[in-house]
Amino acid sequence: MTDVMEIFTTLPALLDADSKLLRAGRWLSVDCLLGPGDRPFLVSLRAGRITQMSATPKTMPSWRFGYTASPQAWIEYWRPEPKPGWHDLLALTKRGEAHLVGDLHPFMTHLQYFKDLLALPRSAAAGVSA
Amino acid sequence: MSGQIEPITGRYVHVEIDGVMHRIYFEENGAGIPLVCLHTAGSDNRQWRHLLCDEGFSRHFRIIAFDMPWHGKSNPPDGADGEYRLTTASYTQAIRAFCAALSLDRPVVMGCSIGGRIVLNLAIDHAREFRALIGLEAADFQQPWYDTEWLDRPDVHGGEVCAALVSGLIAPQSPENTRRETLWGYKQGGPGIFKGDLYFYRVDGDLRGRVRKIDTTICPLYLLTGEYDFSCMPEDTLRTAQNIPGAQVTIMEKLGHFPMSENPAQFRTYIAPVLEQIRQAK
Repeated sequence: MTDVMEIFTTLPALLDADSKLLRAGRWLSVDCLLGPGDRPFLVSLRAGRITQMSATPKTMPSWRFGYTASPQAWIEYWRPEPKPGWHDLLALTKRGEAHLVGDLHPFMTHLQYFKDLLALPRSAAAGVSA
Repeated sequence: MSGQIEPITGRYVHVEIDGVMHRIYFEENGAGIPLVCLHTAGSDNRQWRHLLCDEGFSRHFRIIAFDMPWHGKSNPPDGADGEYRLTTASYTQAIRAFCAALSLDRPVVMGCSIGGRIVLNLAIDHAREFRALIGLEAADFQQPWYDTEWLDRPDVHGGEVCAALVSGLIAPQSPENTRRETLWGYKQGGPGIFKGDLYFYRVDGDLRGRVRKIDTTICPLYLLTGEYDFSCMPEDTLRTAQNIPGAQVTIMEKLGHFPMSENPAQFRTYIAPVLEQIRQAK
């Protein structure tokens, strides 16, 4: 669990280093919940960059959508060669390991962006255990 | 190599489907047993270009891949102005009318995804018209995993969302170039077409119970599904096959929902023995 939280904190730097992904998100500004189901991060995205990321619980958090998953799901999703059924954000929701809630419009308009953003730790997390 | 011309030829055939004349685009290569290939929902016949160019297959098969009406270069028919919606009946009719228009003698039909589903319906109702049937990523039914309303609305880019939805159905091991090309097909689909195809898949084409009528002694049935396909999961195909005595099932490793286009080399290792078996049975 600690590993998963720590890996999430690497997302802003990984994103800043990915010019292709930054371009894909250039029209995206949204506050959302991302991370483990019981302790997601409140993530502020502005023009495709993560400008703020705070651990929850937080007093009066406000967000449009949330994508949260079990710690095991994140570990499996980040493997360099994920197993079948653990390799895609929507594969995880289908198997009940992840949950998508709220106003999904910003998530759907930038679906590939979010898939790629949340896969950024894939190489960095190789070998991490749940 | 600059100047290399591929052996594929593309032409148009006029086909009457349900009383309406359609101008259907198809590509073909090879000679021998007719092998008609059906693309997935929301895409077009380019998914089959690697199979079409495969000399090992084109020596023995006349490989044909057509764009379904409203897809690729098969424009909507004259006068069409309503919402596009594929049904079991219209899809079945389109395939049979196309085969009849080209005077194909008991062709093999190989379809993927919705093409795999309709192959099951061909096996149920029209088995004697075909030499063999091959369903890729095929099942009698599968659980929905997203709301298709997202596919066709003016405040969401249709091409982007269609491609992003299906991107996860490609196996992580598939090469980047063929992954990108597979998604490109989805980015180029007409507005509402992917959604209209899924009406057949999700609503109208539930074949549970009906597949028991399939008689594989009349027409052999092969079902091949990629292990990374979480839309038509291997267990969906296996469950379907349990109700069809004689159906031959293969679960394909390191492949997803688009085996022929996402990783043609890997797919070849699985489809070659099937085509050889069909050829030997001639």
